[in-house]
Amino acid sequence: MSTTPLLELRGINKSFGVVHVLHDVDLTIYPGQVTALVGDNGAGKSTLVKAVAGIYPLDSGEYHFDGKPVTVHGPKDASALGIEVVYQDLALCENLDIVENMFLGREVKTGPVLDETTMESKAREVLASLSVRTVKSVRQSVSSLSGGQRQTVAIAKAALWNSKVVLLDEPTAALGVAQTRQVLDLVRRLADSGVGVLLISHNLSDVFEVADRITALYLGRVAADVATKDVTSRQVVELITTGSSSDLDGASAPSATA
Amino acid sequence: MTDIITDAEEAGFANDRTQSNTLGEATRAYVNRVRGGDMGALPAILGLIVLFIVFGLANDRFFSALNMANLITQAGAIIVLAMGLVMVLLLGDIDLSAGVAGGASACVMGLLIAKHDQPWGIAVLAALATGAVIGLVIGVLVSKLGIPSFVVTLAFFLGLQGLTLKLIGDGGSVRVDQEVIKGITKNNVPVMWGWVFALVIIVVFALLSLRSHHRKVSKGLQHQPLAVVVAQIVALAVILLIVTYVLNINRAPNPGFVIEGIPYVLPLVAALLIFWTFILGRTSYGRHVYAVGGNPEAARRAGINVDRIRISVFVIASSMAALSGVIAASNLGKVSTSSGGSNTLLYAVGAAVIGGTSLFGGKGKARDAVIGGLVIATIANGLGLLDQASYINFIVTGGVLLLAASVDAISRRRRSATGL
Repeated sequence: MSTTPLLELRGINKSFGVVHVLHDVDLTIYPGQVTALVGDNGAGKSTLVKAVAGIYPLDSGEYHFDGKPVTVHGPKDASALGIEVVYQDLALCENLDIVENMFLGREVKTGPVLDETTMESKAREVLASLSVRTVKSVRQSVSSLSGGQRQTVAIAKAALWNSKVVLLDEPTAALGVAQTRQVLDLVRRLADSGVGVLLISHNLSDVFEVADRITALYLGRVAADVATKDVTSRQVVELITTGSSSDLDGASAPSATA
Repeated sequence: MTDIITDAEEAGFANDRTQSNTLGEATRAYVNRVRGGDMGALPAILGLIVLFIVFGLANDRFFSALNMANLITQAGAIIVLAMGLVMVLLLGDIDLSAGVAGGASACVMGLLIAKHDQPWGIAVLAALATGAVIGLVIGVLVSKLGIPSFVVTLAFFLGLQGLTLKLIGDGGSVRVDQEVIKGITKNNVPVMWGWVFALVIIVVFALLSLRSHHRKVSKGLQHQPLAVVVAQIVALAVILLIVTYVLNINRAPNPGFVIEGIPYVLPLVAALLIFWTFILGRTSYGRHVYAVGGNPEAARRAGINVDRIRISVFVIASSMAALSGVIAASNLGKVSTSSGGSNTLLYAVGAAVIGGTSLFGGKGKARDAVIGGLVIATIANGLGLLDQASYINFIVTGGVLLLAASVDAISRRRRSATGL
């Protein structure tokens, strides 16, 4: 790639006790691109995301952000860098409305008083910039939203903070066809606005539709890091299930030896 | 998507409506909300009206100025206790010890005044501090050790009764013979000042509402139609003026005496209502309380210190309970070993739930305590006037509480079914 990566992890290792979950994992996220992270259950996708988000400390490895080495000790460090994570189980409060959820924990205040005017305008602005047209009102409570709308709000919440990297953990797992479509469009628009997006997904058709690059994990190692256009769905399935693909001549040779 | 996009795409965010245009539309939206199970304080207000009509018809003394003033002083302690409990209920927790915590705190106050000749200010502060410490210990046990609040506060319910017994000594009581403390429920705001306060509150409320409405309109934010805003102002004005008028009537039973004016407990409750409404609705602390009640995990991920919020609501509940104990002591003129015991706590929980606060957490307002507290006090007051045996009072209050909890549970089910 010509551009500098936004986020670059080199030789990440992570163990839980005797279980070595991540072996020398490299991960690169570029601005304006959707990088898909694929892999079977237990391949280490979630661990990797939590390592990036600062929830798990790394055992060894380098963490570069914007070309500079950084240390991330906790979720606060990660969000200070501009890294936002949208978790699979969403983390929205059903009893609060959309604006309240988007600003939760980071409310705008004038003195001790909440500045609802600024928050509502800003929330509306972000939703508009992501072309979100499906919510009736930014003041409706999240409990009244459908699954897709909730996912939309969660992603918009991540986009609200001028974040540079957004990690999406299976954003379409629980959605129907139309809702999946909507969320994928949103993911694409998010990347087009210059954000580096990491999309974790099981669904290869989603991945092929929206991702620019694919990083495949196999048993805690990177099996391949390739441009989406250079691979076929069959090859990716091979990478996920066996860790290598016989006829893959991608730029990044499979490092998996397991 | 479930919502179909139809008109006006030009905003890029087309389906976001910033206002319901007309009063009719707003009313329909409200009816839909109620049908969907989001009833808020509506059942309690209807219940209060029904109770007033029934008791008014059954006994002509019910609507007398004297009885109305009694009703308000009776409701005061329940409302203040319930207001603190709303905070705990918002997290989906319960504080069974709040009543006796109030009793123990009032006992500390009474002893400081009667036995140690302390000024009333010090004594009240000591009572509040006692409440705060009790709440702090409960909060730490619940949040740090993870013991269910039901169990922790049940233990405190028993333990604090023992503490009060020990402080007062067997079978006795402490007389609270201090002018200011007694004055909370026994003295009245001068008639003229009562009117001035009522008018000031109405004018300030009207100005703030209209200003906020104007700002929302000019910034293109979501707002209610002007008619609804005006209706709210008018409703508040009518209620305040009627209450002020009734309480300013001379209610002395014997000719030759004059008892008139608003009992001081009413402005006290009003100030607390305004304060907690502000804290819950307009500060990030309040927002975080709702968030923790709605989804603790989401709150934690948003960077909210969930344990600190949980501890703080127990501190608030017990401190408010202490204040409620002081008001009850003022009303009774003494603190006894049974202060805050028996049905005090259940009345307050009942008040909060009847007012519309959910037992499941995440939903409730400070005003719920006021409306629900009035319902509870009205039942006790009305049945008392009818010379009913006290067993009736227990049965009716229990029935009302059960009814309110059923309304809460059913409306919750309907909300999840209709997605409101």
